[in-house]
Amino acid sequence: MTNIHSTAAQMSDALSAGTITSVELTEQHLDQITKVDKQVHAFLHVDRENALAQARDVDAKRKSGQKLSALAGVPLALKDVLAQKGVPTTCGSKMLEGWRPPYDSTVVAKLKQAGVVILGKTNMDEFAMGSSTENSAYGPTHNPWDLTRIPGGSGGGSAAALASFEAPLAIGTDTGGSIRQPAAVTGTVGVKPTYGAVSRYGLVAFSSSLDQAGPCARTVLDTALLHEVIAGYDQMDSTSINAPVPQVVAAAKKLDVKGLKIGVVKELSGQGYQSGVLQRFNEALDELVKAGAEIVEVSCPNFEYALAAYYLIAPSEASSNLARFDSMRYGLRVGDDGKASAEEVMNLTRHEGFGAEVKRRIILGTYALSSGYYDAYYGSAQKVRTLLIRDYQAAFAKADVLVSPTCPTTAFKLGENVDNPVAMYLNDIATIPVNMAGIGAMSLPCGLAPEDGLPVGFQIMSPAMKDDLMYQVGGTLEAALVNKWGKTLLSDIPVLAGK
Amino acid sequence: MTLTYDQAVIKYEPTLGLEVHVELNTKSKMFCGCATEFGAEPNTQTCPICLGLPGALPVVNGRAIESSILIGLALNCQIAPFSRFARKNYFYPDMPKNFQTSQYDEPICVNGYLDVEIDTDEGKMPFRVEIERVHMEEDTGKSLHVGGETGRIHGADYSLLDYNRAGIPLVEIVTKIIPGAKKYAPQVARAYVTELRDILRSLGVSDVKMEQGSMRCDVNLSLALAGSGALGTRSETKNVNSLRSVERAVIGEVIRQSNRLETGERIIQETRHFLEESGQTRPGRSKEQAEDYRYFPEPDLVPVVPDTAWIETLRGQLPERPSARRKRLQAEWSVPDKEMDSLVNSELLDVVEETISLGAEPARARSWWLGEVSRLANEREVAPTSLITAASVAEVIVLIESGELTDKLARQVIEGVIAGEGSAKEVIEKRGLKVVSDDGALMKAIESAIAASPDTAQRVRSGNIPAAGALIGAVMKSTGGQADAAKVRELLLKHLGQG
Repeated sequence: MTNIHSTAAQMSDALSAGTITSVELTEQHLDQITKVDKQVHAFLHVDRENALAQARDVDAKRKSGQKLSALAGVPLALKDVLAQKGVPTTCGSKMLEGWRPPYDSTVVAKLKQAGVVILGKTNMDEFAMGSSTENSAYGPTHNPWDLTRIPGGSGGGSAAALASFEAPLAIGTDTGGSIRQPAAVTGTVGVKPTYGAVSRYGLVAFSSSLDQAGPCARTVLDTALLHEVIAGYDQMDSTSINAPVPQVVAAAKKLDVKGLKIGVVKELSGQGYQSGVLQRFNEALDELVKAGAEIVEVSCPNFEYALAAYYLIAPSEASSNLARFDSMRYGLRVGDDGKASAEEVMNLTRHEGFGAEVKRRIILGTYALSSGYYDAYYGSAQKVRTLLIRDYQAAFAKADVLVSPTCPTTAFKLGENVDNPVAMYLNDIATIPVNMAGIGAMSLPCGLAPEDGLPVGFQIMSPAMKDDLMYQVGGTLEAALVNKWGKTLLSDIPVLAGK
Repeated sequence: MTLTYDQAVIKYEPTLGLEVHVELNTKSKMFCGCATEFGAEPNTQTCPICLGLPGALPVVNGRAIESSILIGLALNCQIAPFSRFARKNYFYPDMPKNFQTSQYDEPICVNGYLDVEIDTDEGKMPFRVEIERVHMEEDTGKSLHVGGETGRIHGADYSLLDYNRAGIPLVEIVTKIIPGAKKYAPQVARAYVTELRDILRSLGVSDVKMEQGSMRCDVNLSLALAGSGALGTRSETKNVNSLRSVERAVIGEVIRQSNRLETGERIIQETRHFLEESGQTRPGRSKEQAEDYRYFPEPDLVPVVPDTAWIETLRGQLPERPSARRKRLQAEWSVPDKEMDSLVNSELLDVVEETISLGAEPARARSWWLGEVSRLANEREVAPTSLITAASVAEVIVLIESGELTDKLARQVIEGVIAGEGSAKEVIEKRGLKVVSDDGALMKAIESAIAASPDTAQRVRSGNIPAAGALIGAVMKSTGGQADAAKVRELLLKHLGQG
């Protein structure tokens, strides 16, 4: 019997077989949201009416014998950074309170086209800046494994919705790890595809050259199914890749890594990594060896500059991308008393509408782009980016995919790093190089750390436009681990009582 | 004592720099599909992209790139194999994104020149203006500040914003500094802008209407002591909106700056506004504290990398240069300078050329278009070419040349064609405007004319040939102008014994 604990693939089969309707499935998830979201706070907006209308539509089409896509009728949680026509889109910021986009992002258009039921918009760090969702203007999301801990960020809402069985599928966006780090700390799967694989049209930009939307789910196969729905060339996005989407579903089902070389990145382990994280990571490597892969060690010497360069490029682009939030056309407007000048209203609105982290990054980026500093900061950071790409090229010459722990630690406590931005930034040390080079990467669970019983993420990086490789390795590793444990990781998650 | 212009240019040498902004006449905007039609209802030609809504992305208009390359080729520029857009960051309510997407240090065309001709005391002289670059950018929206005394944002009661213009493609053509023009700087500036306008019109890439703002010129000017070889501080006079104003702005700035220098004041590097009534300029915003636009490469757009074969195809499509064509036509038609100038200024060169190519004699084609047709057009306040086609005018002229129409009849035919009575032939038919050359009919009219003025007839008989004029006039009058005047003269003189 299908229920909210099933995988999206199982739900898809049940819908096709007619043992459940999309309306029933959608109602089960809406009920779960009603039951647990007061504790988890994964959603900023639950779109009950539209979701049920979409579900009814899919059911009617299925009844009339129309050919439907694999995920038609399966519910999904959408990160609140993607524009959906007529539905509030806040990016976790007060600045956009009340804004309802007059258009659909390409990702949303593709989801609708495929009949995927959008349950609502999930919580996130304001404008995707953060690693804990604590920077949301609407309050943090709680990790379903331990409600006193962070669910990761910026896409903590999407990951927590999966882990608390509020949705079997979710969309995230990843600028420096915002899909993978939340997946890692919630025991779910998250994929950042190759830059340009999924259209950015309608994704409210944080850092345009790094942002990438991607699929999130509880299994590698579900993630692959969603990947094939949202990926593909889009003429509305100049940076979109005009090439066929790799066969990621077939790759996820391959369950074979014989002869593949798996490169362990020397710089992404060791000092600064929690011992339980390293232990589970190494155990997962053993499983890959047992499955027939060859492990090689690779070195990426420039990775040590990645974090610093990222914190110049991302804020620089953000300072420009966020300039449009000036209260003149949409969203929040503060201090417009008929006497204040346009400039004063802009100032007051931005003062009140942006949170501390967003302001910090706008100031950082404005400074880095200023005349006289540009070459030293933004210019040097771009050079580091080129070096990172070369590091990856050299590493991929020795290995088919690269692997590392997704994060140095398991989920930390809410409030623990709020006053220490650098400690917060360090959480993304292993995920950031991927965005800087524009390649694809996945995080999947590889166990619970013995010392705290919290999920550990395993990161697989594949060369640009070869996203199928990480799905092949991820699918194989997942099957081996589930086989070893005799159950899925999420079957150990504490049951939320509901209030 | 105040220096006059003539005195100023003896002591000081002016250095010019000209920046011309041209609105391209593409059907859609620079980065979206919105229409570009002039004068539409405010904010009706907008979309998420040109409104800069969160999440929207630009895509470059291929036609705008083609137009820019054509301009570059016509100006003898190198077409950059790789050029990029950048973001120019500043805040203003009519800037939807609070940055302008513009080419900056990597423009599409560089290093060209334009040879112009100027009138000097020694006759016409060639002068080469070197082009630094041609780059693409987008226009901003339009603000209308209501209330207040100045019509500017400060002190206004409220402002109205129209984003129809936001995103209209602009090309900026920037000269290198132009030294050596000496006292002819005003003529050089005017000749350059005139020649540029004619070239752009011949390329068909812009309406180049300075009055409507589709072509705007900024005049940079500095002075240095004659012979010093130094470069003075420049002023930038904005939005000079006619060819005559370009010339006057240079004169005005030479006088203003030289008189400041004479009294020991320094020139402030600033933006100035041209005052149409006085020919002087008033200060705008000071550029001393140079605004920091924090340019950086636009991450939402891929670089422009034009195909070499495409560039060569476009080069092959370049029309004859307007000034060369004028020279050629002037020689072919043997037209004096002054008349050629009025033909060019009246914008009737194309239609006259077409009329001649259809068989009309050049002098007649010129005089009919500049004379009768222009007069009728002025009465109706429309363009001459909108009244009648070159084919109709050519037909009429051919009939005049073959003696089938007199000038007077021809005027009636043209009136008839304009009134929509049909082709020239049809009007002649319907109105019965054939020249009377039948000997019998003419002799009757001649005899009655002689009978009416026997004294005049007698004077002709006795050898006073010029007196025949009065009799010929009477015949023409009695035949309603349809008589062939030459024929009348011949018959009359013969009849009176003078043939």
